[in-house]
Amino acid sequence: MIGFIRFADNLSAWFGKAFAWLIILMAAGTGYEVFVRYVLNNPTAWALDVSFIMYGTLFMMGGAYTLSRGGHVRGDFLYRLWQPHTQAKVDLVLYILFFFPGVTALVFAGWQYAERSWRFGEVSVNSPAGVPIYQFKTVIVVAGILLFIQGIAQVMRCIVAMRTNEWLEADEDVFETEDILIRQANVVERGHNP
Amino acid sequence: MMTDPQIALMMLGLFIIFVFMGFPIAFTLMAMGIGFGYYAYFDERRMWRDYDRLGEDASLFDQWSTWIEGFFNNRAFDLFVNQTFSVMSNEILTAVPLFLFMGYVVERANIVNRLFTTLNIASKNIPGSMGVAALITCALFATATGIVGAVVTLMGLLALPAMLKARYDPSFASGIICAGGTLGILIPPSIMLIVYAAASNVSIVRLYAGALLPGLVLVGLYLVYVVGRSLLQPSAAPKPGDDEVPDVSMGQLLLMILTSFLPLAFLILAVLGSILFGLATPTEAASIGALGSLLLAVIYRAMTWERLRQSVYLTVRTTAMVCWLFVGSYIFAAVFSYLGGEHVISEFVQGLNLTPIQFLIMAQLIIFLLGWPLEWSEIIIIFVPIFLPLLHIFEIDPLFFGILVALNLQTSFLTPPMAMSAYYLKGIAPPEVRLTQIFAGVMPFLVCVILSMVLMYLYPRIVFYLPELFYGR
Repeated sequence: MIGFIRFADNLSAWFGKAFAWLIILMAAGTGYEVFVRYVLNNPTAWALDVSFIMYGTLFMMGGAYTLSRGGHVRGDFLYRLWQPHTQAKVDLVLYILFFFPGVTALVFAGWQYAERSWRFGEVSVNSPAGVPIYQFKTVIVVAGILLFIQGIAQVMRCIVAMRTNEWLEADEDVFETEDILIRQANVVERGHNP
Repeated sequence: MMTDPQIALMMLGLFIIFVFMGFPIAFTLMAMGIGFGYYAYFDERRMWRDYDRLGEDASLFDQWSTWIEGFFNNRAFDLFVNQTFSVMSNEILTAVPLFLFMGYVVERANIVNRLFTTLNIASKNIPGSMGVAALITCALFATATGIVGAVVTLMGLLALPAMLKARYDPSFASGIICAGGTLGILIPPSIMLIVYAAASNVSIVRLYAGALLPGLVLVGLYLVYVVGRSLLQPSAAPKPGDDEVPDVSMGQLLLMILTSFLPLAFLILAVLGSILFGLATPTEAASIGALGSLLLAVIYRAMTWERLRQSVYLTVRTTAMVCWLFVGSYIFAAVFSYLGGEHVISEFVQGLNLTPIQFLIMAQLIIFLLGWPLEWSEIIIIFVPIFLPLLHIFEIDPLFFGILVALNLQTSFLTPPMAMSAYYLKGIAPPEVRLTQIFAGVMPFLVCVILSMVLMYLYPRIVFYLPELFYGR
C-alpha cells in the first residue's frame, strides 16, 4: 500500500513539475509578443492562444501534484482540531462520496469532448493563426486520470492514518518560505529549552 | 416534492455544511455541482432513447452497455466539461501564474533586508521611524510578491527583532508587520483583484485603477496611526540609537536608495503603468513583471538553480489551488443558477426591503464574518458571486463593491480564529511575544480598515476617480 502511495506521489509530482516549467515559456513567449509588437511593430498571431493553452495545461496538470502535497484549500478550522485518525475517517468517506464521482466524470465526459475536437481537428477561434486546441482539450482527460490515480493513493493514505494515527506525508523538497522559516524557528526554540 | 429553487437552497446549505468537514473545497464543489446537476438536467427520454431503439435480438452485453450509457447520458456532464474548459481558456486568469511566479522570485531575491535597512536610515528623523520603515517595506514588498505569509515571516525575522531591540512595544511592532504584510492582496497588481475580476466580469484594468487610491488611503491611514501613536506615546516607539541605525552621508544614502528601493519600485510601476495606460494586457504585464523579477534576482546575485526550481514548483501548486477552485465553483454556480437559486435569493433579499446602504453593510458584514473561518480565495470564488446579481437591484457598482470587498478581506488575515498573519508572525517570533499581544497590536489596524471602508462610502470618488480618468465612464 505504501509502495503505491509513493508511486502515485512520484507520478503526480513528475507530471506537475514537468508542466510547471511552462511558466518560463509562458513568460518568455508573452514577453516576446510585447517586444515584437512595440519594438518591431509586428505583433504575432498566436501569442494569446499559446499563453492560455500553457496556463490551462499548467494548472490542470498540477492538480494531482497539488493534491498529493495537501495543497488544495480546505475549510479546515474544525478539521485541524481533530486527531489524524478522525480526519482520515472523514476524508475517506468524502473521497469516495465526492472525489471519485467528480473525477470520473471529468475523465469520461472529457474523453467525449476531446474526441469530438480531434475528429474536427479543432483550432482556436481567437486568432487567425489557427492554433490547434484538440491536444489542449485532451489535457482534461490526462489531468482527470492523474487525479484518479492520486485519489486512490489518498484513500490508502487515509487507511494508513486510521491505523497509525499519523499522516504519511509525501516526500517533498519544495516548501513555501513561511513554512521553512516557521520550522527553522521551532527547531531553534527547541534547541534552547530541550 | 421540493421545487427546484428549494433544491437549490438545499444545495447551498449542504455545501456550507460540507465545507466544515474540511475536505478540499474544489472537489466538494465539483461533486455537488455534478450531483445536483444530474438531478437538474434529468431527462428520461434522452436517457432511454438508445435503449428503446435496441432491437429484440440485441445481445445481453449490448443491452447492459446501452443501459449504462443511457444512465450516464445527462447534460450535466457536458456542462461540467464545458465549464472546466472555460476556466482553462479564461483570459483573465492567465495572468495568475505569471504574477505568482513574479512574487515567488521577488521573495527569493534578497530584496527585503536591503529595502528595510535603507528605509530605516532614510526615515530616521521621523517619529516612530522604524515602524514607518517596516510598514513601507512591507507595503512595497507585499505589492511585488502578493504572498502574505512570506512577507509576514520574512519581515518578522528581520524587522521585529530590530524593533524589539530598539525597545518598541512588542504589540505595536507585531501589529505593524501583520497589517503591512497583508496589504499585498489589495494593492495592484494583486492576485485577489484578478480573481474578483474573473468571478464578477468587472474589467480587471478598471479594478486595478480603482484599487490604487483606496490602497494608498489605507497605507496612509496606517502611517498616520504609526506616526501619531509614536508622537503621543514615545515609549512605545523610542528613537533608535546610532548603534541600531547608523548615520550615513547623504550621498551614501542616495546610493542605497538607488540600488535597493528604486529597482523594485520601478518594476512595480512598469507592470502597473503598462496595464493602466493600456500598453499591455494584465497577462502581458505580468510576464514582463516575471522576466523583470528574474533579472532583478540575477543582478542582486540571488538567483540560484535551486531557487528557480522552488519558484517554478510553488507557482504550479498555488495556481492549481486557485484554478481548481474555479473549476469546482463554475459547475456549482451554473447548476445553482439553473435551478433558480439566484432568483430565490434575490427575491428573499428584495423582500427584506433594505435600503442600499443597509444592504451594503449587511453584505460586507457577512463577508467579514466569512473571513473568520475562511480564506480570501474561497470567499471571492464561492461566496461573493452570490451577492453579485443582487448589486443591480440596489444600484451598486460591482467595481465599487469589489474594492470594498478587497479592503474588507484584509481583516480575514487579521481577525481570530483564522488570523493567518498573526499565526505566521507567532510562528517565527521570539517566544516572549505572545499571540494575545499580536492580536492586541493588530486591533488599531483593523479600525483603520473599517475607517477606510467608511471613507470609500462617503467619498466614492476615491474609487472612481482613476478609472474614469483613464477609461471614461
